[in-house]
Amino acid sequence: MSKVNLNASEVQVREQRLGSITGFAGTAAGLVSCSNAGGLQDASRSFSQCMGCSSGNAFCQLSMITDAAMVNHAPVGCAGDFFGFNFVYRVGQMERKLPAAIGRYFNTNIEEMDTIFGAVRKLEDTIKLAFERAKPNAIFVTTSCASGIIGDDVESVTNRMTKELGIPVVSCFCEGFKSKIWTSGFDSAYHSIVRKIVKPPEKKTNKVNIINFWGSDVFSGLLNKLGYEADYIVPFSTVAQLEKISEAAATIQICPTLGTYLGAALEQVYGVPEIKAPLAYGLAGTDAWMRELGRVLNREQEVEEIIREEKAAVLPKLEEYRAKLAGTTCYLTAGSAHGHALIALLRELGIDVQGAAIFHHDPVYDNGDPAADMLDHTVKTYGDIQNYNVCNKQAYELVNILNRVRPDLMIARHGGMTLWGAKLGIPTLLIGDEHFSWGYQGLLNYAERILETLDNKEFVTNLAKHSSMPYTKWWMEQNPYTFLGGNSHVKAY
Amino acid sequence: MSKLIEQPRYSCALGVQQSVIAINRAVPIVHAGPGCSTKIHSLLGQGEGYAGGSTIPCTNSSESEIVFGGERKLRGVIEGALKVIDADLYVVLTGCTSDIVGDDVGQVTRDFQDLGKPIVYAETGGFKSNNYVSHDLIIKAVIEQFVDKYAPSKDEKIPGLVNLFATIPYQDPYWIGNLQELKRLLEGIGLKANVLFGPESGGAPEWLTIPQAEFNIVVSAWPGLKSAELLQRKYDTPFYHFPYLPVGGIESSRFLRGVTDFSSVNREQAEAFILSEEKKFYSHIERTADFMLEFRYGLPRVFYTILDATYAVGFAKYLLNELGILPAEQYIVDNTPEEYRESIREQFRTISERRSASVEFTEDGGGIQEDIRKNQLKQRSLILGSGWERDLANEIGADLLPVSVPVTYRLILNCGYAGYNGGLRLVEDIYDRVLGTYR
Repeated sequence: MSKVNLNASEVQVREQRLGSITGFAGTAAGLVSCSNAGGLQDASRSFSQCMGCSSGNAFCQLSMITDAAMVNHAPVGCAGDFFGFNFVYRVGQMERKLPAAIGRYFNTNIEEMDTIFGAVRKLEDTIKLAFERAKPNAIFVTTSCASGIIGDDVESVTNRMTKELGIPVVSCFCEGFKSKIWTSGFDSAYHSIVRKIVKPPEKKTNKVNIINFWGSDVFSGLLNKLGYEADYIVPFSTVAQLEKISEAAATIQICPTLGTYLGAALEQVYGVPEIKAPLAYGLAGTDAWMRELGRVLNREQEVEEIIREEKAAVLPKLEEYRAKLAGTTCYLTAGSAHGHALIALLRELGIDVQGAAIFHHDPVYDNGDPAADMLDHTVKTYGDIQNYNVCNKQAYELVNILNRVRPDLMIARHGGMTLWGAKLGIPTLLIGDEHFSWGYQGLLNYAERILETLDNKEFVTNLAKHSSMPYTKWWMEQNPYTFLGGNSHVKAY
Repeated sequence: MSKLIEQPRYSCALGVQQSVIAINRAVPIVHAGPGCSTKIHSLLGQGEGYAGGSTIPCTNSSESEIVFGGERKLRGVIEGALKVIDADLYVVLTGCTSDIVGDDVGQVTRDFQDLGKPIVYAETGGFKSNNYVSHDLIIKAVIEQFVDKYAPSKDEKIPGLVNLFATIPYQDPYWIGNLQELKRLLEGIGLKANVLFGPESGGAPEWLTIPQAEFNIVVSAWPGLKSAELLQRKYDTPFYHFPYLPVGGIESSRFLRGVTDFSSVNREQAEAFILSEEKKFYSHIERTADFMLEFRYGLPRVFYTILDATYAVGFAKYLLNELGILPAEQYIVDNTPEEYRESIREQFRTISERRSASVEFTEDGGGIQEDIRKNQLKQRSLILGSGWERDLANEIGADLLPVSVPVTYRLILNCGYAGYNGGLRLVEDIYDRVLGTYR
């Protein structure tokens, strides 16, 4: 059954579409078995801290299309992330040697009177002005809690403006309250791209779509060797480039949490095959991923050779790192699939993963293929993980757990989390570039960074001595899941 | 005219979560959608503070709270926050979702107040105003729902005690440094200042002495005035208003003399302090004046401000009167309410004894930049703006000092631009940028 429906203006949120959850405490194997049995239920927290919302994640992808403009239909506070994304955009331009350009982001500034009379007129004016000022090749309109609740008909405005301005003006529905899983915003962004930008293929090309954020280029070398060309989407793409992604030979995603919807949509609507394999993290994962790539691109033999070569180059060094890291304990917090991949990677390095707080859990991806289940792969290959917690960025749980577990090392993927390890005197590492640890070479990159972090204790030791803790003594003595209700893990036992 | 904003430089009403975080050991409890706090934090603030950023308790309103109301959820989050977060003051803030659906947040909060919890609330739904306006709302909420109830003694005035309301924490990236210097100046003339926010303040216990102040001081174009007026009505505390940030020798002295005239402090002692500060301040200016006069490879000769009203006036006066840089167009980006605009225009009309500057009120940064590009000046210019001005500055060969949020391209600890010390720091920072452009 296809979950992609381009006739609908909105994509269903992950809770409904995939049955994704944000609350679970147990073990990784428990979650996998519960997930596979279709018995997964979400657990909610009676106390929670602030998270992120879909609109930010939608913005994160759309705002870096180089010749598009953004209109955020919202009160001005919702535009608080504009500059942060502009900064990321500029750093990425630097890394990819693109000319410096500012992001063209507009906010409709919904005010009190607008919540009574509607802000459709304001939206129209803003779209027109964005068009005049930025001369973009497309305009994306992201929605907000306020515009959603007052019921502005954004879709009809964007349709009208598309005709009037002669460029695609595309609505992207991403009201924050609609989903507890902020990655639903990626799906909204991709839905709007596939629905209104991508054109049906005229021919097949030797390009391979790579759905990614803004990390370094790790795929060109590999794909060139196979006679293909890497086409990174969506950040730093042009509108014209996106129109053609239906012509690609395949789609790779750097993380299925990010690309689940776009990968599946391109396959289901335009027949672009998606690489469905565990991510290329750790030896087993990388082997499996490479072979799947070879199969889909019809380059099985070449891939075998690459695997042989790269492994031969990496394995001796890997042994050295393993010896140095043996017995190191680690706690991890990250988004879903990338978190699973990191667990595999850490285990591959011989690190004892004491637990993980992973932001959400998708029991299945949009392609419906169990082969893509990264957590399942990690558990089968490397064994179970105790203290496996699905937690949408609840720092209070994290602090409580870290205080108990006291690992040698904490690894985080998202901002706002590393501080808590450091305050407890635990060396912490934030990995920004998700491509950094990809593939065989990634194992070595990661090992090196980990050793560096473990070696650099002075800062955290001193910080821990002098910092205050906003959490009560009472809380630090409670079970970390005290506020987690529901029966999410009942069926796992 | 449409009021759209390209390149925002302030937040919505809920942006005052940052004002709450700026009170020592206070924590906001946000009843809003899941992304609000994070977005605000990403624009306003570098670092979590004590209990900001990812620590902020939040209901993360979802569809079911929109449909069925979010009061029960809020109750749970407040209960949890009281147990989990170690704070002296809890401030419940609403966002768009709860204000549009009409949750009775007041009632929920009152139930906890009745149990003797130090908790207050304010309606700060994003669409209702911005964080300049709602800053006064928060102060009002804390005064009416916390100070009134717990202040040990409201009627006994403490001679020489003043409450200082200055720039808005985090919205002013230099708020900590500014409060530090203003407090130092006030103490220099013999006053004791409650600065209420930041590490120079005693936190909630200090707030409880607000009613005992002899008088209040507002150092701001307009935010903070409503709070001073409230305290005048409530506790009969008069207030002295200095309508811009005093930067450098002339304005810091003017500020201190104004405060002195308003109060009962010993005039001679105050004058002695002012003179000693001026002596120190001008010794630096004199020592380096030859640099400013003789550097022959080009220094900025005109300046643009793209700042809020408090900063714009303070910086413009200083740059013109003490550094000799001339004002080009001045843009004020804080959505100044109509009632205060005329007096700000007047400040620019009489910016020096022989010169006026024109000023425009607009929040649309993109529009401002188009304007500056269109009317490019011949002289090398200095832009006092935000991180958004990076490309503009490059393009027109201007020197940029990011002063307004988002600053992003600099990390700020206790740097401040208020007072004598702030004036010196500003000279250093401006010419640091200018000289940094030479190879």
